[in-house]
Amino acid sequence: MKTTLKVNGEERELEADSRVSLLDALRNHFRLTGSKKGCDHGQCGACTVMVNGRRINSCLTLACMHDGDEITTIEGLGTPGSLSPMQDAFVRHDGYQCGYCTPGQICSATAMLEEAKAGWPSVVTEDLESRPDLTDEEISERMSGNLCRCAAYPNIVDAIREVAE
Amino acid sequence: MTKTLTMDKPDDRRRLDHMAQAVIGKPLDRPDGPLKVSGTAPYAAEYEIENCAHGVLLRAATMGTVKSLNRAKIEALPGVLGVFSSDEFLRNPAQGMAGEAPVQGVGEVAYVGEVIGLVVAETFEQARHASYAFAPEIEPAGHIVDPEAVEPEPQDSEAVDQGDLAGAMRDASHSVDVVYRTEGHAAAAMEPHASIAVWDGPKLTLYGAYQMLKFNRKELADSLGLDEADVRIVSRYVGGGFGSKLGISQEGIAAAVAARGLGRPVSVVMTRQQVFESIMRRTETKQHMRLAADAEGRLTGLGHESLISNLPDEEFAEPVPQSTHFLYGGENRKISLNVARIHRPAAGSVRAPGEAVGMPVLENAMDELAHAVGIDPVELRKKNLPECHPETGIPFGTRKYAECMDEGAKRFGWADRNRVPGGLREGEWLIGHGMAGASRVNMTETAKARVTLSANGTATVETDMTDIGTGSYTVLGQVAAEMLGLDPAKVEVKLGDTDLPPGSGSGGSIGASSCGSAVFLACEDVRTQICEALGCEEADLTLKDGEAVTGNRRMSLADALGADELTGEGEFNPGETSEDYAQAGYGAYFCEVAVNSVTGETRVRRMLGVYAAGRILNEKTARSQCLGGMTWGIGTALTEELVHDERNGKIVNRDLAEYHVPVNLDVPQLNVVFLEEREDAACPIQSKGIGELGFCGAAGAITNAIYNATGVRVRDYPVTLDKLLAGLPD
Amino acid sequence: MRPFDYARAEAVSDAAKGSAAGATIIAGGTNLLDLMKLEVMAPERLVDINRLPLGEIEETEEGGLKIGALVPNADLAADQRVRRDYPVLSRALLAGASGQLRNKATTGGNLCQRTRCYYFYDTSEPCNKREPGSGCRAIGGFNRIHAILGASDACIATHPSDMAVAMRALKADVEIESADGSRRTVPVDDFYRLPHDTPHIETELEAGDVITAVILPAPVTSEQRYRKVRDRASYAFALVSVAAVVSLEEGRIADVTLAFGGLAHCPWRDEAVEARLKGQAPSRALFAEAADLLLKDATGQGHNDFKIPLTKRTMIAVLADACGLETGE
Ligand SMILES: Cc1cc2nc3c(=O)[nH]c(=O)nc-3n(C[C@H](O)[C@H](O)[C@H](O)COP(=O)(O)OP(=O)(O)OC[C@H]3O[C@@H](n4cnc5c(N)ncnc54)[C@H](O)[C@@H]3O)c2cc1C
Ligand code: SF4
Ligand code: FES
Ligand code: FES
Repeated sequence: MKTTLKVNGEERELEADSRVSLLDALRNHFRLTGSKKGCDHGQCGACTVMVNGRRINSCLTLACMHDGDEITTIEGLGTPGSLSPMQDAFVRHDGYQCGYCTPGQICSATAMLEEAKAGWPSVVTEDLESRPDLTDEEISERMSGNLCRCAAYPNIVDAIREVAE
Repeated sequence: MTKTLTMDKPDDRRRLDHMAQAVIGKPLDRPDGPLKVSGTAPYAAEYEIENCAHGVLLRAATMGTVKSLNRAKIEALPGVLGVFSSDEFLRNPAQGMAGEAPVQGVGEVAYVGEVIGLVVAETFEQARHASYAFAPEIEPAGHIVDPEAVEPEPQDSEAVDQGDLAGAMRDASHSVDVVYRTEGHAAAAMEPHASIAVWDGPKLTLYGAYQMLKFNRKELADSLGLDEADVRIVSRYVGGGFGSKLGISQEGIAAAVAARGLGRPVSVVMTRQQVFESIMRRTETKQHMRLAADAEGRLTGLGHESLISNLPDEEFAEPVPQSTHFLYGGENRKISLNVARIHRPAAGSVRAPGEAVGMPVLENAMDELAHAVGIDPVELRKKNLPECHPETGIPFGTRKYAECMDEGAKRFGWADRNRVPGGLREGEWLIGHGMAGASRVNMTETAKARVTLSANGTATVETDMTDIGTGSYTVLGQVAAEMLGLDPAKVEVKLGDTDLPPGSGSGGSIGASSCGSAVFLACEDVRTQICEALGCEEADLTLKDGEAVTGNRRMSLADALGADELTGEGEFNPGETSEDYAQAGYGAYFCEVAVNSVTGETRVRRMLGVYAAGRILNEKTARSQCLGGMTWGIGTALTEELVHDERNGKIVNRDLAEYHVPVNLDVPQLNVVFLEEREDAACPIQSKGIGELGFCGAAGAITNAIYNATGVRVRDYPVTLDKLLAGLPD
Repeated sequence: MRPFDYARAEAVSDAAKGSAAGATIIAGGTNLLDLMKLEVMAPERLVDINRLPLGEIEETEEGGLKIGALVPNADLAADQRVRRDYPVLSRALLAGASGQLRNKATTGGNLCQRTRCYYFYDTSEPCNKREPGSGCRAIGGFNRIHAILGASDACIATHPSDMAVAMRALKADVEIESADGSRRTVPVDDFYRLPHDTPHIETELEAGDVITAVILPAPVTSEQRYRKVRDRASYAFALVSVAAVVSLEEGRIADVTLAFGGLAHCPWRDEAVEARLKGQAPSRALFAEAADLLLKDATGQGHNDFKIPLTKRTMIAVLADACGLETGE
């Protein structure tokens, strides 16, 4: 199957088996290995990327379903010499240990802030009709789709809070 | 010349305190951070290797004798290059520091989920599909999977029978005699086990996810009948280990065998389900605790007898009472460890083997005793701190256990805690407070490192040590920067490659102290060479900000070195201080929980850990280790349990949706405090292990708080809501 | 995952025809691909419906909402009208899965998601749902998440959806278009089947059917609650969940709908329980009685026995909260 994806602003052609997940397309075909595979079943969030600006688990979608879509991966957010504000905050707050969940956390956090800006509620939002404040509890709930076994959670919340402010 | 130090006596020079750069201990950011946050740090499966084929491991769903692999059916599938299985395949991973092949041969399936083959195809998708066509013929064997259904083997190394515990219990004013259970745990590191095997003639390179390369190299060579010199392992970044990557594992051998057979590189990544089913689990435990005390709560007897399990022929036995041996007094003691040989997957090290499950239970029993005696749990513990090791009589190393408790109580506001179990309520929530002690034996391991100082004011540190998230890149650079008077940004640390000098590896919290000491020694070696070049005494040499000062001479490094670069080598060895002193890291946890009175759901609302673990090499990475440990405590207390099907031992909840590691919302802001300490008996940098300490006992503080909140004492970990329901108010 | 033909539907009729010809519909893919990777499901053909114009939430003439089958769970939960008029639905959606999954999961797909039964997920085990006639390994196995109501000897699985529970409490209708171009609506009440001896047939959908929308009736003045009880604070399926829509008039329960998750093969509703509550003055004693009625035929399988008291306690608390009873009242 032939699919055209716009990955980090660049058009990329994928000629592959229809079974290839978006995650495997990124990792194995485009050699963008920043997106991680922790479970391959939507249970960990390590594979989080943004598709047309929204965070999703790239392991649970097929590459061929994304013809024409804009994909942003961790590599598209910043580079070691030029980190995005979220990436930089993760470094300063030690929002990681082994680093394996980290790209997913950062993509997730980056997109999550947009969701919050759009006024999306979460399950811990008291008043559904109000615009939620991004309290620590709100950040934690909204980031609960990203497991971190090293458990950098408090530092991750610190990093995100700082960028949100 | 290598500078070697064997710890036969305490090193009280405390040289790091007398260096000029003043970077040791500072909360510096990780140098590897920018690579990690930008997705450019390569993990095992991510090396770009030409012409690499993809393998998927094949599992057996039945225990018994493999009659046929029925290869033909799979081999006929599109893209399949071959199906591999051999006597070299591993039954389970090697145990930590084995340094030799684990049980090999997969003709007899010892547990459900055992890996018995590998299918390799051109693409991952083809191999994955082929793996589901795998239908081996297995003659079933009816192995026992229930640890309580067999006569267990006593583990003599842990056995203590001192005085008369039964008598002490009889005569006690207050006593506790209870049985606790903990369920099995999975390390569940976020990176699944992965290896790429590349042969070059007789030489094998394995890009793998491993923790202890010098041992892994031996294990790999031994498993394949190779000369160690022909084997190289590269693990520059490891996506978490927690014990699960201590020993060479199935995918590494399988990849090597297949790559040899096919004459091309093969990459094998375990599925998450395979990691759960075939990588070391922490054993479930059944712990019989007995405490006997006099009227004031002074212990007269202590019993800690545990039942654990493992497969036949596995030497590892979860050392449940490891800290019980020395933490509290009581002259009449009975401690035992019994291993049931059953056919659940192999049990091995998962973060803090022993204390992870032994400490919470010991600390629960102490809490029960405090209630029985009617005194403050902190008070009870302080009353029972022995003068010296209560079984061997050797002195303790540094031990700021009481100080940790006092500091923690003060910071937490322990005096204002709820004192009546079930007595504090906020709406639907029952609020409780609990505390527990932390204790983890301190260990070190032989480690070597090489340090090169260049005239341009940069340095390179090299060892095959791994950084599994622990901060090795950071702290080893910091030690070198301190010793050589450099900005840490000028020190490059190279790790995770067996071509480099063999370090200790990461495991048992030995890494920072052991390799840090090796780096320290290598730096001493460099400094000695500088002194020789300058003709000065070591005591007169100050290195700071890339300059050397001796007497009234100040010069650039270029002038001081008298060469383009100087290379020093260090070798650290544990020695007699390991036997002469009872060394451990200590701490204390205080926490507040809320238990929902309707549903029994528990939330940790705040938690504090105060630790004393010798010198803290980097406050930021050390704190992170403790955050991780405390979160593991939350998992152990509330959510984590491997469930085995009673009928065949299979792990039922073999994925991350059903094995519940804590999520972000399960974890409140955690407070971590370190007390100043120097452990001279441990190593020349006066540090102790920190990676596991922060977890040892943490679950006990939470479950003690649950008791305080509800008045219900659940003695069966984890405290899921179903276990509380019956005891909650209507 | 076995190889499959992939086709993108350009019109609902394409999808319906594809489905009639044996293709499996893929929407968000978050459930289907999960199962396909494990070969629990192994379709030979996929028809991708993501480009169909089913992504809108429109107001109906009756004053309700018509939610396109492709509306992502995240958007539905965030919709101002849903937040205001159907908060039980927002809450249920937000309690489900994770932010990432909700961005992909669709309204239609969520309704059709399959059980999380551990044995269903493992193709090496017998399972009547996956392979009719092979047996049920959950019976006599580990069954913590399994059903206490409406189960059969063939299957004791539960439906995992949160959204569907709220939809049932809101008395929503499912709009379906068939391959012959006809449209019908099926109340969520009738959409799901109990396992009986055909646990592999889960809904009223037949080959050629495409869910095009879910229709909510006009909102009623009510207190709405969704309470999900689970094993960790977030990102876990419900052990038990309760959705309640309660209208109070002059101190009495004028109307009430209750739906439950985690108890059965489908979101559970028992009109006898609602009848017991209607017209009564709210009290804990009344709620307890109603809960006993709900659970009178409940049977545990061992590991899931706790769901019986848990359901009762949760139901009482939810009703007490919706009716504004003070603690202890
Ligand atoms: C780790 C994890 C945790 C989760 N936790 C929760 C949770 O807590 N609560 C919860 O409710 N859910 C949870 N989910 C499930 C999630 O909500 C579902 O996977 C999702 O809603 C399915 O929607 P989808 O669009 O992705 O469906 P798909 O995977 O695309 O489809 C699912 C099924 O529906 C059929 N289908 C889809 N659309 C149509 C249509 N228009 N017409 C006819 N048939 C159709 C498909 O053929 C398929 O059989 C979780 C999922 C994961 C992976
Ligand atoms: S409960 Fe249903 S889904 Fe689970 S094994 Fe039995 S038949 Fe299969
Ligand atoms: S790899 Fe996609 S969620 Fe785990
Ligand atoms: S940093 Fe290791 S899993 Fe998050």
